[in-house]
Amino acid sequence: MSAPTTGTERMWTARLRGRAVQAFPPEQLLPDKQPAYVSSWIYVFGVATLAALAMVLTSGIVLALLGPQWYHVSNVGRFVNSLHLWSVELFFFTMVIHLWGKFFMAAWRGKRALTWVTGAIAFLGSIATAFTGYLIQSNFDSQWISTQAKDGLNSVGVGAWFNVLDYGQMLLFHVILFPLILGVLVIWHVLLVRRRGVVPPFAADDTVVPQQPEEVAR
Amino acid sequence: MALQALTDPTGLISMDSTGPYLHWGVVQISVANLAVILLMLVVFALALFLPFPGSRR
Repeated sequence: MSAPTTGTERMWTARLRGRAVQAFPPEQLLPDKQPAYVSSWIYVFGVATLAALAMVLTSGIVLALLGPQWYHVSNVGRFVNSLHLWSVELFFFTMVIHLWGKFFMAAWRGKRALTWVTGAIAFLGSIATAFTGYLIQSNFDSQWISTQAKDGLNSVGVGAWFNVLDYGQMLLFHVILFPLILGVLVIWHVLLVRRRGVVPPFAADDTVVPQQPEEVAR
Repeated sequence: MALQALTDPTGLISMDSTGPYLHWGVVQISVANLAVILLMLVVFALALFLPFPGSRR
């Protein structure tokens, strides 16, 4: 005789909750310990990239709320506009060093291929997002960039859907579409890092890469 | 003059013209971009070799 059931465990919310907790136990999702090898500056650049991205998004939200009549004219507006640019510069600076570090660690080891792939696609998505940002500066620089870029995009057949001369489309790509895609990729990437753990360095005589190394350092 | 004073109070950098570029065959790169790339390489090397505060190694 089977145990009596209330039927609630068959609901999709209960099943989804069970799968989420199984995939991401709270102590793994928000850990308070990390492996000892993480005590190195090279492991700092991933979270530095996230910090710069937070600054990009915050300054971008302020720019969107107050508009070009504010950020092209007032002193504070121009400061926030510059803050948006320089946080993007910092974002790419730290992201490229993070990429170099992970490449030379072969960070796709230990079933971390999807972590690597989502990071690589997020990098390409970041370039597209930054590119549309340069197109909506509404100055001679953006005119020059768009007229140069249209030939490249037309030559690969995407000009009808990605028309760099269409200011409205580029503005919406920059403030809605691409940040949404990038946000999903970044969250997916970070969740995968939490699930598989930070990749360990190469061992001298060990070919087995642990998926979740023992956490020993705070 | 007022614009130059606003963008570059020190007067050391001209903002009214394009920056210097390096040419090497088909390769063309601005000095500013090259400087950023070199700085990234320096920071990458420092990150590998500088001791991390609080590490017990």
